[in-house]
Amino acid sequence: MLEVKNLTKIYPGDVLALDDVSFSVEPGEFLAVIGLSGSGKSTLLRCINRLVEPTDGEITWNGVDITQASQDELLRIRRKIGMVFQHFNLVTRSKVITNVLSGRLGYVNAMLSLINRFPKKDMQMAIAQLERVGITDQAQKRADELSGGQQQRVGIARAMMQEPEMILADEPVASLDPVLAHSIMQHLEDINRNDGVMVLCSLHFIDLVHRYADRAIALNDGKLMFDGPPQAIDDARFKEIYGKEAERVG
Amino acid sequence: MREFLKHPAMRWIMIVGAIVLVVVVYAFGFSVTDVSFETVRDEQRLTQLTRILRALAHPDIFEYDKVEQNIDVAFHLPCPEGGAAAVSVDARGAYIIVSPACAGPEDIVTIEGFGFTPETGGPVNFLTQSGATLQLGNFTSDEQGSFSITAKLPNRQPIEEAQTIRATGRQNVGAPRFSPTAKLVFEKIVETVFLALLATTFGAVLAVPLSFLAAQNIMSEIKSPLTSISLTLLGWPLGIFLGATVAAQIGSFAESIFSDTAFVINGVALWSLAIGLATVTTIPRETEQVSGVSSRLVRGVGTVLIGIVGIVVLYLVAYGMLLLGDAIADPLGPLGFLGNFVYQLGDSLRMLTPVFAALIAGGALGSFGGRLGQRASDQLEYRTVKLINLVVAALAGAALFALVGAVVDWFYQILDIMRTFVIPAALGAIGGALLTLRVDPRQPLPIGYWIYFVIRTILNGIRSVEPLIMVIVFVVWVGIGPFAGALALALHTVAALGKLFSEQVESISPGPLEAVQATGANQVQTIRYAVIPQVVPPYISFLMYRWDINVRMSTIIGFAGGGGIGFLLQQNIRLLDYRAAAAAMLAIAIVVASMDYISSAIRQRFV
Repeated sequence: MLEVKNLTKIYPGDVLALDDVSFSVEPGEFLAVIGLSGSGKSTLLRCINRLVEPTDGEITWNGVDITQASQDELLRIRRKIGMVFQHFNLVTRSKVITNVLSGRLGYVNAMLSLINRFPKKDMQMAIAQLERVGITDQAQKRADELSGGQQQRVGIARAMMQEPEMILADEPVASLDPVLAHSIMQHLEDINRNDGVMVLCSLHFIDLVHRYADRAIALNDGKLMFDGPPQAIDDARFKEIYGKEAERVG
Repeated sequence: MREFLKHPAMRWIMIVGAIVLVVVVYAFGFSVTDVSFETVRDEQRLTQLTRILRALAHPDIFEYDKVEQNIDVAFHLPCPEGGAAAVSVDARGAYIIVSPACAGPEDIVTIEGFGFTPETGGPVNFLTQSGATLQLGNFTSDEQGSFSITAKLPNRQPIEEAQTIRATGRQNVGAPRFSPTAKLVFEKIVETVFLALLATTFGAVLAVPLSFLAAQNIMSEIKSPLTSISLTLLGWPLGIFLGATVAAQIGSFAESIFSDTAFVINGVALWSLAIGLATVTTIPRETEQVSGVSSRLVRGVGTVLIGIVGIVVLYLVAYGMLLLGDAIADPLGPLGFLGNFVYQLGDSLRMLTPVFAALIAGGALGSFGGRLGQRASDQLEYRTVKLINLVVAALAGAALFALVGAVVDWFYQILDIMRTFVIPAALGAIGGALLTLRVDPRQPLPIGYWIYFVIRTILNGIRSVEPLIMVIVFVVWVGIGPFAGALALALHTVAALGKLFSEQVESISPGPLEAVQATGANQVQTIRYAVIPQVVPPYISFLMYRWDINVRMSTIIGFAGGGGIGFLLQQNIRLLDYRAAAAAMLAIAIVVASMDYISSAIRQRFV
């Protein structure tokens, strides 16, 4: 159970990115976060694992307030939250397998990880995760030799190495073509359905929201505009979320 | 006012004013730099210029075996009474004729030579009765083997007997070989290249860690509450003191027992094995959820023990290398420098072990203090934290200021405990206490940014001092020679590369950084997995570039006593031996040009 209460983020220079946002997510739920670019979707997701420090509000997860966690506690919380990014955020000069293994950094001994030593079972797990996303044969390649879709699979494998209870996906398919987009979304769906991992996924395309999400929340200018099942987003709601000029595509 | 400035007349006045200002500035510049075109046209200077340029165009690289041909003619100075006797000439070989056949001191005479080997040359000398040789001039014979020069006779005491004018023709025979100058230049240019290599390597080793401390994007992330900062500040000096003391104790103990070769060799093997086992067994592969106080205590004691054993092993290795280096230096013969290398490495390890121990202990106690402080400010009551802060911040402030006071005292020898210790410590304590009262005890302070600022300032300060000036200090410390030059260049390299490297860290793509942080990795792991892979190519590129610069710098660092080819160049310039200087300059040009080529070739591979 994730509960976000009165979350507010003000960036330096008095930029209000999130304005008193409250919602909750059930375990095992697939939540879509929609809204225009700059509406605060990324900030919201990053507040949850405190890559962005919230200005105000509470984020309670499994009974712990993430916003009040100390530095050590935060690292232990973060390792249970996988994250997938729009631009994949792989270390492009490192090998695919190293990128995947970096998902274990929160678990392994820090000293040994500095000399790139990982326990055997982590190595096996990395191979298994690559197998799950279907790119085992790419393990020894450098990450920048892979195509966009393959890189995003590596990103998912990395997140899965954390044995996460929650995955934050920040527009995971925005830099991919529609076919690849569906295949990546299916991986996330698989993780959500079969591993019971809660997924918070920001998306641009409403049809993807309809197809994959259990529930959707919408942000406009940092304010929560909508919280409900994707089917409830009719034309009127749509114009409310995206502005009067918006037209539905796809 | 603005309208007034926009008036066309006003603009004209400003333009004219600007032009006048520029003229005045350049006029002053001409005056202070002694610009004088009269000297440029001066004929005497032009002759000298020609001479030097010609000498420079003939670098002293090759030499030949020479055969000499001495041709004499008797000459009266001044003319004897009754005129000079006719000089008989043997026209079968080479001969010279002086006309007039006798003359007074400082008279001008014409000296002609015939039958010399074509296109040879050499000096024409006046040999006095007493055996002195006075050069009258130089000759070069033409295709027929003849020459004709005019010369001014020396101002000598009149002597009745005939003296001698001798033309010495010199001719190159056989294959060219390297001149002694060329050999010396080669030796020195090798010294120069390796001086630059060592300076670059040592500089880079220090610059890499510093570059992370001087990178704003990494350091501004690091924030700690006041308790944590204060305890860290107190932990560091205490740790340094403890580490250095313990290491020094072990060191003096080591010196007394590590003279036995077999003992040292066995010791190295045994102890490294023991340490390896201890490390593998005590360090957990995975970090468990929460560990109890007792297991923490056990681990803490274990770490200290490993540290002490580590110091012993470092000393063992150092003495082992000293013994080994000493033993192999002679048997290796021409490769004896390897023995010296091992010996010097051992010696530097022996010297640096206390430094390592101090730094590691300082770091350990510092981070322990930091964690303790973090824990305290996280878990204790607001008021309690504030109270603790009041004490520890005051102590930390006092320690910091007392340290500054001690440094000032060392430089200026004030020798007044009141002014160098008591007052600074009191000021620091007050500062710490005031800071406590001002800030919320739980609020993380941007300590990383402060460290960044201090390191940047220091780097910029060091960087602004030219190595040519730094070397003066090192020459006093380690004596004139390439070692002083290498140290000066290394210090400058630390600052220059530290800045360049840190700028690379600042310009990395933030995406991977964010991704690795999101996995729950700590600061150091994040740097290892997200930053380092991104900065390796530019680091190598800048490293090569710096080596290139250091080679260029080391060619002149000898001017200030830093060894290398600069020393030779300076010597030859002072001795007015421009041909030797030209050889050195040629060597520099070749090395710099090829370094430029090599470094850009290597850089291209990595970028």
